Amino acid sequence: MLEGARVLLLLLALLPGAVAVPAVARAAPAPGTAAPEIAKQLTDVASKDPAVQEAAAMALGKTGNRKILPLLEALREGSVYVHVSRGIRGTVIVGDKVTDGERTLVPLFSAYGREPVTGADGKPLLVELSALEEVSAGRSLRLALRPLIDAFSGQSQLANPDPGVRRAAATKMGNAGDAAATPALAEALGRETDRWARHAMEEALALIGLRSSDDAARAGGAARLGSLRSVNALDRLRDIAADSSTAASVRQAAGEAVKRIERWSLVTTTLELAFQGLSLSSILLLMALGLAIVFGLMGVINMAHGELMALGAYATFVMQGWFQAHLPGSFDYYFLAALPFSFAVAAAAGLVLERGVIRHLYGRPLETLLLTWGVSLIIQQGLRLWFGAANVDVTAPRWLSGGIPVMVGVQLPYNRLFIIGLAAVCVAGMYLLLFRTAAGLRIRAVTQNRGMAACLGVPARRVDAFTFALGAGLAGLAGCALTQIGNVGPELGQNYIVDSFMVVVTGGVGKLLGSILAAVGIGGLNKIIEPSLGAVYGKVLILVAVILFIQRRPSGLFAVKGRHADA
Amino acid sequence: MQAYSRRDFLKTTAVLGAGAAAGLGFPAILAAQGGGPVKVGVLHSLSGTMAISEVSLRDVVLMAIEEINGKGGVLGRKIEPVVVDPASNWDLFAEKAKHLLLQEKVAVTFGCWTSVSRKSVLPVFENNNGLLFYPVQYEGEECSRNVFYTGATPNQQLIPAAEYLMSREGGGYKKFYLLGTDYVFPRTANKILRAFLLAKGIPADSIAEEYTPFNHQDYQTIVGKIKRFASGGNAAVLSTINGDSNVPFYKEFANQGLRSENAPIMAFSVAEDELRGMDTSALVGHLAAWNYYQSVDTPQNRKFVQAFKTYAKKKNLPGGDKRVTDDPMEAAYFGVHIWKQAAEKAKSFEVDAVRKAVYGQEFLAPGGKIKMDEANHHTYKPVLIGEILKDGQFKVVSRSKGLVKAEPWSQYTSPDKGCDWVKQKGTYQKKA
Repeated sequence: MLEGARVLLLLLALLPGAVAVPAVARAAPAPGTAAPEIAKQLTDVASKDPAVQEAAAMALGKTGNRKILPLLEALREGSVYVHVSRGIRGTVIVGDKVTDGERTLVPLFSAYGREPVTGADGKPLLVELSALEEVSAGRSLRLALRPLIDAFSGQSQLANPDPGVRRAAATKMGNAGDAAATPALAEALGRETDRWARHAMEEALALIGLRSSDDAARAGGAARLGSLRSVNALDRLRDIAADSSTAASVRQAAGEAVKRIERWSLVTTTLELAFQGLSLSSILLLMALGLAIVFGLMGVINMAHGELMALGAYATFVMQGWFQAHLPGSFDYYFLAALPFSFAVAAAAGLVLERGVIRHLYGRPLETLLLTWGVSLIIQQGLRLWFGAANVDVTAPRWLSGGIPVMVGVQLPYNRLFIIGLAAVCVAGMYLLLFRTAAGLRIRAVTQNRGMAACLGVPARRVDAFTFALGAGLAGLAGCALTQIGNVGPELGQNYIVDSFMVVVTGGVGKLLGSILAAVGIGGLNKIIEPSLGAVYGKVLILVAVILFIQRRPSGLFAVKGRHADA
Repeated sequence: MQAYSRRDFLKTTAVLGAGAAAGLGFPAILAAQGGGPVKVGVLHSLSGTMAISEVSLRDVVLMAIEEINGKGGVLGRKIEPVVVDPASNWDLFAEKAKHLLLQEKVAVTFGCWTSVSRKSVLPVFENNNGLLFYPVQYEGEECSRNVFYTGATPNQQLIPAAEYLMSREGGGYKKFYLLGTDYVFPRTANKILRAFLLAKGIPADSIAEEYTPFNHQDYQTIVGKIKRFASGGNAAVLSTINGDSNVPFYKEFANQGLRSENAPIMAFSVAEDELRGMDTSALVGHLAAWNYYQSVDTPQNRKFVQAFKTYAKKKNLPGGDKRVTDDPMEAAYFGVHIWKQAAEKAKSFEVDAVRKAVYGQEFLAPGGKIKMDEANHHTYKPVLIGEILKDGQFKVVSRSKGLVKAEPWSQYTSPDKGCDWVKQKGTYQKKA
């Protein structure tokens, strides 16, 4: 169905050109050949006289023939040349340059329709650039071309298969407010199926109506914008409502629309704020979850927690490279494979760390702190040596790019939704593991009273190793998720370690529920403060709040009774 | 490691060469000039946060030196680079600069990236009469006798970019969101931009200004604000966000449904070298303002880009022939050549003589001809607005007519000040 619509559209677009030159159109011209009238202008565009050049460009633009668009764009970019072949001067567009030793070769394209020009052998013609005459487009011509190209590209964008592009094109037309765009918009609206693209088109039409000279149309446009809850129109409506030279009916309609939109934007702002707080909380929680186990349950101050996240992030990068090399067809799913992989890599690193060194230092927090800090430096430098000091590029899979528009003016990014979901799954998983399985029972037994648990036959050392690996694996998982939000570089861990500790300490060492509440509290508070105070002071204020809180409640939200109380 | 081995190698070859030349009784000039290699300092962070950007500058400076040495050096003497690592530590910059000037007795130093590091070495160079070539665009408001600035001043980058966005061709934007990382360059840049916009009749409530800490990752709130600010469709973002905060910013921008068609971001700190480690899909279509791009199509630039890729591969630098060139690298590269030309004109390596000879020097740089100012230490450069492409390169969409003269003191914030080392003694008060 979509295909049919596109063909119809193409025919419609070609119609003006076909009407202008019926004889040629009937003769089914070869690709790249133009009607005589157009052909003359194609030659004139290459004229040395700026006036002739501009007039020809304008006339070409007015035809509305879509095959002219590449030429206009090429003129602006400066890739139009004159090619002299057997004494005949032809205007051509040149493609990307190819260097062949000292010579620079370019493929040629026809000025009409940008079809590749082929040589006698049927292969695309490559010509030496120095043999061509450059057509220079002066500033005034380039200025004049811009609206022509915009009109063309706006119209073709309205038919783009991507609804996001259609939306943006409609919004842009509405903001420009040019009445000439009305038929194209109305026609596009007629066949539009995407809800948000429809909304943008209706909004654009109403915005154009708002600019009309007819008071009834203006009042209608204002009322329509109000019912569309168009935030885009707010500034303009306010101006109209305050402008005493406008008709009273229009001003009244505008005033009502402003009130409606303002009420609505209060709702959307609140909703956005809530989402932002939730998203930041989920990120904090995901980062802190592993630490809540390692530090909270086991009492190990693990300064290398951030680097375990970095390992997870680099594991994602490696998985992406592997998919690129071996499964380019299903590249978009590399992230799903990267999730367990990063968990496994970080858990393995955690296991080695625990078995190798940390187990010798249980109960000696200061030494553990120094040791894990040293380990963090080693991992950092290792990553730098292996992957280079520069950041690496982790591409977001398509299904995590963009966002879902939930209501007018609110779009929730997929990557953030995904992380909220992942954090929820991790928390639920942790809960089930700790409180609903035998392994969880052992972990809790060992953390609460190691000596008694060992006496009763729990293999305490093995449980330690397992618990530490679990915490490390969760850090790796967090690192994997964070590739979708931030950067992947050797210093990644340093950026997150402070926040992780802040959450765990505020929540109360040893309590998962405390960490969850602390993450939600810190994230939410941050987002409430940030809009009014800015990011810099927001961060300062959060730290001050946390310090004051710890002053009043040194053991966090939930005090623990047990061996950590005196550790 | 590498630097030492190269230095040793150069020393040996230079000594051998000089010995051979002296043995042959060949050019008397060599003996007269001391004959041995002339030392120059390279003061760029090779570790720490700034290493990402500064390592490339060291590479390109060493390449320029190798080129010059390959053609016989300067005044018949080879150049011996002394590479030190100030490790992104501002105090260490001053110490290393002192070391270069007093112990190594270098004739000139090429170095620094951040304004903080430049400010930290400034007294060292001024007290010891050293010579520093500084290759990065900066906030201006400085006029040192001992520094040559081969990067852009605000009027060669910030102002033309804002002018472009306000012009009909640039989209005729009327509201501006000034967003930056919280340190000296963005603060000063935004002060100048604000003064410029107000002077052009943009009302104060159409200008928003906001800063984020270094390494800021969570741009939800700011993008939300920009979205409301830009809802009328006539707003642009002028971004001085530095380093890797750019990735989360552009990602969030795209994910919340903002697009370059309706709210373009004009960046002043994003160049090809930074784009190497980024997922560029969210950046495509946004703009940047610089004085050079790797995509500039001139014969000397093609040669420069090719030479750098070959050099990176030959020296086994990370990235190899996938390395790119960008604006600060070009400025660092032609800085070395300007110094060479000036020394040759002065027939001396003596700082004051070279300094005077730099005034008015011209050089056919990769991005086109540039010229050093006749009276102060800045550079005439072309200004190019570029659009970010999928492959991390830029398409030039607007280009200044000819070269733009540098204004170390912006006419919008300090209209009464000028910088002149020929008729005046540095910064002077203009007569009203």
